Amino acid sequence: MTAPPPAAPVPAVPLFSLYRVFFVLGLLSFGGGVSAWMHREVVQVRGWMTDAEFISGFALAQILPGVNSANLAVYLGQHLRGPAGAAAALTGMLTGPFTVVILAAIAYHRLVGLPGFAAATAGVAAVAVGMLLRLGFTLAWRVPRRVAAYAAMLATFVAVGVLNWPLVPVVAAIAPLSIIAAWPRSPQGPTHA
Amino acid sequence: MRDSELLALIAILAPLSIASIGGAASVYAPLQHQTVDVQHWLTGQEFIDLFAIARVTPGPGTMLATLIGWKVAGLAGALVATAALFLPATVLCYAVARVWNRYRGKPWHAAFEQGLAPIGAGLLFAGVLAILRIGAGGPLSWLTAAGVAGLLVWWPKLHPFALLIGGAVVFVALQWVTG
Repeated sequence: MTAPPPAAPVPAVPLFSLYRVFFVLGLLSFGGGVSAWMHREVVQVRGWMTDAEFISGFALAQILPGVNSANLAVYLGQHLRGPAGAAAALTGMLTGPFTVVILAAIAYHRLVGLPGFAAATAGVAAVAVGMLLRLGFTLAWRVPRRVAAYAAMLATFVAVGVLNWPLVPVVAAIAPLSIIAAWPRSPQGPTHA
Repeated sequence: MRDSELLALIAILAPLSIASIGGAASVYAPLQHQTVDVQHWLTGQEFIDLFAIARVTPGPGTMLATLIGWKVAGLAGALVATAALFLPATVLCYAVARVWNRYRGKPWHAAFEQGLAPIGAGLLFAGVLAILRIGAGGPLSWLTAAGVAGLLVWWPKLHPFALLIGGAVVFVALQWVTG
């Protein structure tokens, strides 16, 4: 077991900083890559939490119902500043998109006519997917080095991604097995990085 | 009349919030059925247009619900629809996150964490595949995504905004060249 870093209570993140960071994240999130960007801002750039804390929330946000990025924002906000933090992160993340989507609806018929508009949005989305893939590498690298863990990862990917099976029964079937396999028992030694 | 439309928005969207496991993709079908076939708030074409707007603007694809609210009852409709779609699921997530963080360090917590982490990773890769499949860019999107991922491994500090702008420029330029 890697010891978690000593819980030296970092000075509380100001609520306004939290709102501002998620406001920008919300506004710049295209094509589903925003979780990767949250990781960059919250872990890599600002050091507000560790990789391990982020990954633990990421799995929860994916599994629980709702929009993954909104769940992740609530998790991160809760972790950093409790209820007010969760509210600040969620409203911050939604303020920009809420405004832009309504403006876009008003201007829609003019926008589609712009040459290159569709290509530009496809390009932005492709880059966002690349960022997501990069986060995937980090997550896969951090997966405990056990056969069961890799099997769970692969089975989830194949069932949901390739076969398009509904997520709820897939997770309901795989999660208990995966958790049981990770249950602490005989001293098998430190098996994860 | 307006109040009844706001209530109808809540009645349709709040259950979808809790049922939407895996994000936006799972709510599109029921949302279309309810707003077009049942309530007749929108025509099929209007629904497709709103869907496209939600796809090309920042934010989750479920901002589609905001647009439907806007269309049905103006600003009040947009606010109510957004809250109805986001609040139930995020309140649940908040409750779970609290419990989750309180028991950090317990052995069973570690088992849950280690057991769920590979599932989170698997779902992420599944999401990447799903987005690439419905993406409009074809093989170029796949290549770009792989290239960006590789570039970020090699150069982690590269700012995402530069990449996003670069992606848009490259796609527009290629469209110009290939006609």
